[in-house]
Amino acid sequence: MSFLTLTGVQKHFPGGVVAVEDFDLDAVRGEFVSFLGPSGCGKTTTLRMIAGFEKPTGGTITVDGKDITYRPPNQRNVGMVFQSYALFPNMSVADNIGFGLKVRKRPKSDIDRRVGELVELMHLEGRADRFPWQLSGGQQQRVALARALAIEPQVLLLDEPLSALDAKIRIVLRKEIRSIQRQLGITTVYVTHDQEEALSLSDRVVVMSEGHIEQIGTPSEIYNFPSTAFVASFVGTLNLVNAGVIDAASGRLSIDGQEVRTSKVITDAGGDGRVTLAVRPEGISLGEGDSGSNRVHGSVEDINFLGSIVRIRIRLGDEVAGRPPTVVALDTFNEPHLALPAVGESVTISFPPEACFVLGAARDNATASAEVGAEV
Amino acid sequence: MTEAAVTRSGQDAPRARPGRRFSWAWIGLLPFFVFSISFLIIPTFYLVIGSFQTTTGETTLQNYADLSDPQIVEAFRASIEISLITAVIGGIFGFLLAYAVIRGGLPGPLGAALMTFSGVASNFAGVPLALAFTFTLGRLGMLTIFLKSIGFDLNDTDFTIYSKLGLEIAYLYFQFPLMVLIMAPAIAGLKAEWREASENMGASTYQYWRYIALPILMPSLLGTMILLFGNAFGAQATAYQLTGELNIVTLLVSRQISGDVLNNVNLGYAVAMGMIAVMGVTILGYIWLQRRAARWQR
Amino acid sequence: MRRTRIAWWIIFVIGALYFFVPLVATFEFSLGHPWGPGGVQPSFDYYATVLSSPDFWGSLGYSFVIGIITIVVSISLLLPTAYWVRLKVPRARPVVEFITLLPFVIPPIILVFGLLQTFSRPPLPLTNTDFGSSVLLIAAYTVLSFPYMYRAIDTGLQATDIRSLTEAAQSLGAGWTRILVVVILPNVRVAILSGAFLTLAIVIGEFTIASFLARPAFGPYLSLLGNNAAYEPAAVTIISFGLTWLAMIMIAFIGRGGRTRVAVTGAR
Repeated sequence: MSFLTLTGVQKHFPGGVVAVEDFDLDAVRGEFVSFLGPSGCGKTTTLRMIAGFEKPTGGTITVDGKDITYRPPNQRNVGMVFQSYALFPNMSVADNIGFGLKVRKRPKSDIDRRVGELVELMHLEGRADRFPWQLSGGQQQRVALARALAIEPQVLLLDEPLSALDAKIRIVLRKEIRSIQRQLGITTVYVTHDQEEALSLSDRVVVMSEGHIEQIGTPSEIYNFPSTAFVASFVGTLNLVNAGVIDAASGRLSIDGQEVRTSKVITDAGGDGRVTLAVRPEGISLGEGDSGSNRVHGSVEDINFLGSIVRIRIRLGDEVAGRPPTVVALDTFNEPHLALPAVGESVTISFPPEACFVLGAARDNATASAEVGAEV
Repeated sequence: MTEAAVTRSGQDAPRARPGRRFSWAWIGLLPFFVFSISFLIIPTFYLVIGSFQTTTGETTLQNYADLSDPQIVEAFRASIEISLITAVIGGIFGFLLAYAVIRGGLPGPLGAALMTFSGVASNFAGVPLALAFTFTLGRLGMLTIFLKSIGFDLNDTDFTIYSKLGLEIAYLYFQFPLMVLIMAPAIAGLKAEWREASENMGASTYQYWRYIALPILMPSLLGTMILLFGNAFGAQATAYQLTGELNIVTLLVSRQISGDVLNNVNLGYAVAMGMIAVMGVTILGYIWLQRRAARWQR
Repeated sequence: MRRTRIAWWIIFVIGALYFFVPLVATFEFSLGHPWGPGGVQPSFDYYATVLSSPDFWGSLGYSFVIGIITIVVSISLLLPTAYWVRLKVPRARPVVEFITLLPFVIPPIILVFGLLQTFSRPPLPLTNTDFGSSVLLIAAYTVLSFPYMYRAIDTGLQATDIRSLTEAAQSLGAGWTRILVVVILPNVRVAILSGAFLTLAIVIGEFTIASFLARPAFGPYLSLLGNNAAYEPAAVTIISFGLTWLAMIMIAFIGRGGRTRVAVTGAR
């Protein structure tokens, strides 16, 4: 039973700019949904429409059965955490947290009690009388969250709440956010451009691009079964290889003269019979692999230590007719006694047919291969 | 022990060790100090010292005692009244005007126009301003004639532009713009998100103003109004041209300079000291409130 | 929402009316007050009279020259000072800044009072001569310019890496004067120009000090004219307003991208 429903929501700005088009979402009670996408994809605009700071030019938004599409923002009972915290500088932490309750004219004793609960929940003990400028970024964000939760909102909205903080605090805080959200069972929408955040926190992820939804699914679905090229390249890292079709029905392709197979029938070959083949670095391994795996030969181009992971780049052939050679990256876990090949050495690498998929017709035949996602 | 010198590019001077060494570098500031002492400090001191002396040169506090002369007391009272009224009215309306163009939803160009005009108007004080208001509300002023034509004869009432009330009306011409110019950045600094966050919490417009916007703006508001007060208190040219004989402090000093109306120039010095005292308190109040306002602009 | 917007429009209109009506009235008077009881035809004769009057040009010229000299003196005094404070004697900053803020506390009427008493007797009876009085006038105006000239120059210096520039110039053999004039000054030109135009506008409009020092400046000229003539003062007022407007436009034009400082001194 959907708790937060967006149907056909669209936002057109005067002058022809389409910020959001055709947005549909059914979130159940207690679900944690992320809106993930690059800047300008419409995720924040959609969030602001749920909060009431933007009016949709079409579609409806309902919460718990009630249509709130055009309700003024101060009558919606949704709690919002802003990217810049937006704490009221003239009020102490306690007053900030209690502001929503004060506006609702709750008795002072109730307000004090609730503020106390939240101060404890957000680990802000001893800071209740401080003012925002006396707090660190992480503390301010906690206060912002406490303030949003104090009014017991039906929906919690977070607009890139951690983007202004350093990496370590971000990881700590996002775990806290998730655990509190679970504890309280609040339906939550979380906007971010950081895929790691989205994947690690969410029950479901909405991947957006240029105002449209690209895919809605669980983190695992988004990562392992991307339904569009955009999703595949936005989430995680990916090798994209320009390959020629040998036989579409059996999924056989040629990469620089070496044959590989995908597990599905190829349907999107371009007119020239070339496609973009995608395979994740962690799907490729050094060595011959199991029987039935695709095997290709090449030479080691470079090796990068990324900490827990080692990324090895393999050149699969030579320059062919003005096109640079195909290079793929493979990731392997960094173990103490890892036996790595030397740069320049000839190696065999393998990947199962299920680990690769065709993304579509090859768009650019001058490029043999590309690595998208987190750069090294 | 060597000087702790931090010479990253962009850093200005090395940190001098506290206290110990007399730096010959202070000599470089000599021209400035000589000038300031000659033309600012010494003249002021002349007044200070003179206020504690009699006309024959003996030290006395009598001049300060004589400040209780009803005419002088009235002058101070009138000046303070005029300054207070124009500061409050100028402050409130100037604030509303600034808010109207910055946050009130008026078209952008109007805001820029107001700012530029305010820059001009705040300097349009003195003789030209007095004349302009004579042409507007004087006996044969344009507005006076217009009002008469619709049945309201200004000349029948007690009102005249050449009075305290007239002066107040004229002073507002540079008080409004000053308020606008100084408050505009403070109003622009009211983050839109604070408004949104307050709405998100369920607050109405009134509650937003009462609990958030006004408290945040209050130090700037009060500070600028104090500045407006000082501005009006020290004004002389406009009053001179418009009212001549009005009994306010600046004109009192003015008359003292042109002719010894107090029969005692040292008393004049004491009056001047009174003015400086009022201005000093004003500036201190302004600085203190500015510090408070700066706290929230992080 | 629309209802509140109307309220702001009303406020704006009231403000606009208050500002424009006196200007319109002045302009109308400058045309001979055609809307007055005499019912004369509007005419630009009064402008012609003013613009051909030697007193007008004389006083305007005098004030203009005084203004330029004031600007030069002020910059010559404050630029090296601000530079020195930043580079060599940062501990002097509070003292220097305090002095530059004193003119706020000592209004022009008091300043001229003190100057007259100090310099009308030995050892430096400057008020005895025209030249001496003009010198005093320039000195007074320089003092008046302190608060915002210093601030403008200081802001300009802050944005420039004067330390590196100085060291580079010194390593190439330059002396202090050359460094200041050729290396530092061009870099703070924009900041200074804004302050300069403001000073000019204020000097030209100033009345109090000029009148008590008995100088043939523009302010006293207009005051006298205002007491003696009916319509010519209006023409001069319009011209004066136009000049101030011009100065402000120059400041806005030069100071694009930065906040311009508001003057709280000058004729009041």
